[in-house]
Amino acid sequence: MRLKLLGALGVAALLAGCSNDHTNTGANTGSGAAVQPSGPVPGSEADLVANVGDRVFFELNQSGLSGDAKATLDKQADWLAKYPQVSVQIAGNCDDRGTEEYNLALGQRRANAARDYLVAKGSASSRMTTISYGKDRPTATGEGEDVWAQNRNAITSVQ
Amino acid sequence: MVSISNRYLPDHEAEALAEAFGPNGMRRRSLLGGGLAAGAGLVGGLTATPLSAWAAADAPAAEITVDQARTAPIPIVIPSFGPGVGEQITQVVTNDLSNTGLFKVLPGSAMSGTPDFAPYKAMGAHAAVTGGFSGSGSIRVEFRLWDVLAGQQIQGTAYTTNAANWRRIAHIMGDVIYQRMLGEKGYFDTRIGFISRSGSVHQPRMRLAVMDQDGANCRILSSTQTKLPAFSPVRDQIAFLSYASAVPRIYVFDLASGHQRIIGDFNGVPLGPHYSPDGNSLIVPVAKGSGSDLYSVNIASGAKRQITSSGGAINVSPSFSPDGSQIVFNSDKGGSPALYIMSASGGAARRLSFGSGNYGDSVWSPRGDLIGFTRISGGQFSLGVMNPDGTGERIMTQGYTVESPSFCPNGRVLAFSRSGASGGAAIHTIDITGFHERAIPTPEGGSGPTWSPLNV
Repeated sequence: MRLKLLGALGVAALLAGCSNDHTNTGANTGSGAAVQPSGPVPGSEADLVANVGDRVFFELNQSGLSGDAKATLDKQADWLAKYPQVSVQIAGNCDDRGTEEYNLALGQRRANAARDYLVAKGSASSRMTTISYGKDRPTATGEGEDVWAQNRNAITSVQ
Repeated sequence: MVSISNRYLPDHEAEALAEAFGPNGMRRRSLLGGGLAAGAGLVGGLTATPLSAWAAADAPAAEITVDQARTAPIPIVIPSFGPGVGEQITQVVTNDLSNTGLFKVLPGSAMSGTPDFAPYKAMGAHAAVTGGFSGSGSIRVEFRLWDVLAGQQIQGTAYTTNAANWRRIAHIMGDVIYQRMLGEKGYFDTRIGFISRSGSVHQPRMRLAVMDQDGANCRILSSTQTKLPAFSPVRDQIAFLSYASAVPRIYVFDLASGHQRIIGDFNGVPLGPHYSPDGNSLIVPVAKGSGSDLYSVNIASGAKRQITSSGGAINVSPSFSPDGSQIVFNSDKGGSPALYIMSASGGAARRLSFGSGNYGDSVWSPRGDLIGFTRISGGQFSLGVMNPDGTGERIMTQGYTVESPSFCPNGRVLAFSRSGASGGAAIHTIDITGFHERAIPTPEGGSGPTWSPLNV
């Protein structure tokens, strides 16, 4: 669990660093300007990552939602209710211990499981798309359960 | 002209392909109509003319089987076909034959006319090739295959073509030797489609590519993301899954014409396309809800038929028996991914795999005698074959990841993808006995190989 959290946070930092167009960088322009609160723009991708949690994790070859996963999705549903203009994509991912085509189906199963939970919590399905990347987009690379566990996920991102 | 508006390949790529494969270039499908020993046939700028036998009449051949040649490779003399391109042709034929493990290629000096068989016999050769190369823009390659022990010509053919086609002549000569010596068709004049991988391992660029079976003439065909390509078993056509738009779609691409089109509008997300033996339809797993079901789609009409009703299980990797009567596929309906077999029209499925771990990537050999698969157990991948009744499981090779097996047209060799824990996917080939594994050189990383039929 500790590793999963570290992995997620590491990606959070990475995503934030790659999406400056979504974050409030205005405070850093102009010397001598008063320093403003510099958190992510509310309703942005960075906000989702930093304050809600953009991903849930799955067991090997499974798409069942754990208590932790449901807690994260509950927060995502609340967040989506708070920002009704936001549309999201849910991407299902797999570790590399399955074949290409089976994992493509499994990633779709995971994305659909996360979407269906959000719909059950009141999020409109019209605001969500799903996609499976199978095992093509690993968060972590290398060998072993700690790595594979990070790669079995469904990641919600702002479109 | 392509009628659809949502083109998969940019115009310039499609045109470049039509140029490369069309009537003005090397025409893959146009060679040697009527078979290897057929009479002269002018087709698409390449001719094959029989050469009369100089000794006695053409000798019968093929008294040695592939199984016999595995334990005792056939000694054959392949001389240089001359300087420059001639020597390159010799190299390609030599590599083709040597890589099978079924031939022991012996170098020899070029000879014209009926060879002096005594030195060949002294070398232990069973067969010998003579011939030569002439021309520059348009080239002519004369080729004769001899039975050294009987002192007879087995086959004689002259090939005339554009100089750019020289590799193809070499592969065709290799296939003639293979067929005449072993009694079954070869697989050298073939191509392999695959996914060319580059960029970050976290988000790789995955483009459709096609190369000769030995890695030469590699062309990257797409600029956008692709996955799970499948070569038609009968024509110059590749189907694949495209991520060019927000929703993944199945495309069918005709290599010779550059024509492409989208196949099917599915109620769900399509996965990889898999051809029927006649090449007229595809079986496509379609993911919906928690599972995926198999659909048969007629390529010409687009008519669809649902084959499985999984009730939430994942059904993928369908592969027809060569006679089209049965389908082997990969399903987790029993709890974990395993191999199943059913009638091609659907209905009850029988489980084939019972070993520990997970099975996938089911693929039926074109010979009909074996089913290839990937097995994942203890965090390790294995590539194996079993009989179509589920008996005789045999592992050919193992590794961190060895997957996506695809048979060559005569069923003797599989192409597959091998990668380590940190990535580095590469296309390999291996004999179905598990010997002679070899990496095929590609410009970028490679995965998901699909072997073409013979370039007829």
